[in-house]
Amino acid sequence: MDNESLKSKITAWEPDATFVEEGSQFLNVIITPEKVLNLANKLRFDENMLFDFMFCLTCVDYPDHFMMVYHLRSIKNKHEMVLKVKIDNKEKPEVETLSAIWRTAEYHEREVYDLFGVVFLNHPDLRRILLDEEWVGHPLRKDYVDTVNMISL
Amino acid sequence: MGGTSFEKRLCRYGKHDFIMIEESTIKEGIKTQEYFVNMGPQHPSTHGVLRLMLELDGENVKKVIPHIGYIHRSIEKMCEKDSYRQIVHLTDRMDYLSAHMNNEAVCLLVENGLEIEVSDRVKVIRTIMSELTRLASHQLWWGVMGMDLGALTSFLYGFRDRELINDIFEETCGARLTMNYNVPGGVMFDIHPNFQQKVKDFIKHFKTKLPEYDDLLSNNVIFRQRTEGIGVLTKEDAISYGITGPTGRASGFSNDIRKHKPYSAYDRVEFKEILMETGDTFSRYKARILEMWESMSIIEQLIDNIPEGEIQSSAVKAVIKLPKGEYYQSVETARGELGVYVVSDGLKSPYRVKFRSPGFSNLFILDHLAHDYKIADLVAMMSTIDLVVPDIDR
Repeated sequence: MDNESLKSKITAWEPDATFVEEGSQFLNVIITPEKVLNLANKLRFDENMLFDFMFCLTCVDYPDHFMMVYHLRSIKNKHEMVLKVKIDNKEKPEVETLSAIWRTAEYHEREVYDLFGVVFLNHPDLRRILLDEEWVGHPLRKDYVDTVNMISL
Repeated sequence: MGGTSFEKRLCRYGKHDFIMIEESTIKEGIKTQEYFVNMGPQHPSTHGVLRLMLELDGENVKKVIPHIGYIHRSIEKMCEKDSYRQIVHLTDRMDYLSAHMNNEAVCLLVENGLEIEVSDRVKVIRTIMSELTRLASHQLWWGVMGMDLGALTSFLYGFRDRELINDIFEETCGARLTMNYNVPGGVMFDIHPNFQQKVKDFIKHFKTKLPEYDDLLSNNVIFRQRTEGIGVLTKEDAISYGITGPTGRASGFSNDIRKHKPYSAYDRVEFKEILMETGDTFSRYKARILEMWESMSIIEQLIDNIPEGEIQSSAVKAVIKLPKGEYYQSVETARGELGVYVVSDGLKSPYRVKFRSPGFSNLFILDHLAHDYKIADLVAMMSTIDLVVPDIDR
């Protein structure tokens, strides 16, 4: 499916979704945290979509929001897109886990929880993955300061 | 009280008949207890600082809980302070056995972002270097795989042949492991005058040696029994868990970036994507052996046809600033898909960099694979997943 038909299909499901194509090689679909589980289910299992391979999951810390970024690819239909979730609540960032839909998300979400502090609701095993359990703070946040271990140039 | 009975079974393997004695323990009356054992962080078969917490019932693995991060350096955070030229040098500290491909991923991303076309000479040199790296990585993997299963000889064979590739790298790049040969817009130096001859000599040498690998391990009865039918991964699981590289292709998951999104000179060479069906430990092993033949074929097609051209594009400035936007570039390393995701706000350092490393996704299949197998089988599975720990921890 090309980007235009992807767009119209997603708009039919979620009228609130916004699309960005400029400045990226993929079609970007931006959605709110409440709607993501519903849309992800449709993207994964709908016959015309079948996005079965999540090849990248990460988060970006912007000054006024967190952006969850899911790169999706369909093996059968050979199309790709980026699903983004804009989390406005920077004090208490929360989003539903997608680990039941794509198994690889379970471990990538643990990494995002560890390094960004985004909490994934209903996650089967939400623990820090790279850092120590006693570590304070989330290093990939822009406001993170560690006077002991960080060397600034 | 329990007891042990032995059962004799006639087995046929190829031309050989042999009698296998199976032990079956009568469990009634024996109270068993599940317990945890730490495998690692210092363990020969984890090839690095990786700790697996095993939940065991006797010798049967019930659950594998990987603990990673022992050598986490937060390369992604470092990248936010570095210029794009500096980032290239950090990447070969991730998967040091695919150093060249890791460098290439960042260089390709910057070149695509700046919309710069590198010369054909650079493309061909990069492709030859990548395939040599893949060969060296697979040779090391093969040697270590034998050692993990208790055959030290293969280790010496693998390292003997890998040494020749390292010599070729040393002559042209000045380094043997972390080459740092790629720069945005080209490669650092021209190839050494001896390069073509040495590569051809190596290919000629290795073509006679690769069948020895088959004699030593692939056709070995003990090796086959320890790998065939062990740890079967289905195609659906491979896709869902995001398993790429030869590990995924052994399950029939077609994911070769070189085929699907050709970069450098991969669109002008002919090679097969190695796809297997069974997805067991042996097919993961076989996929890599066959990949070595394909790599040699790619190098042979290119080595006599290196076009003339400039080594570094003059269009790339000393200070690189990518236009505002988001970029994603993937390359096929020896372990699978390495993706680089960059968010740029137009400054000389990126706003955010994410490395989608193949090792990180591949590691977590272990728990799924190893369930109800013995610890020794877990070692065989871990070998064929081909983990490099710095690639997982980043």
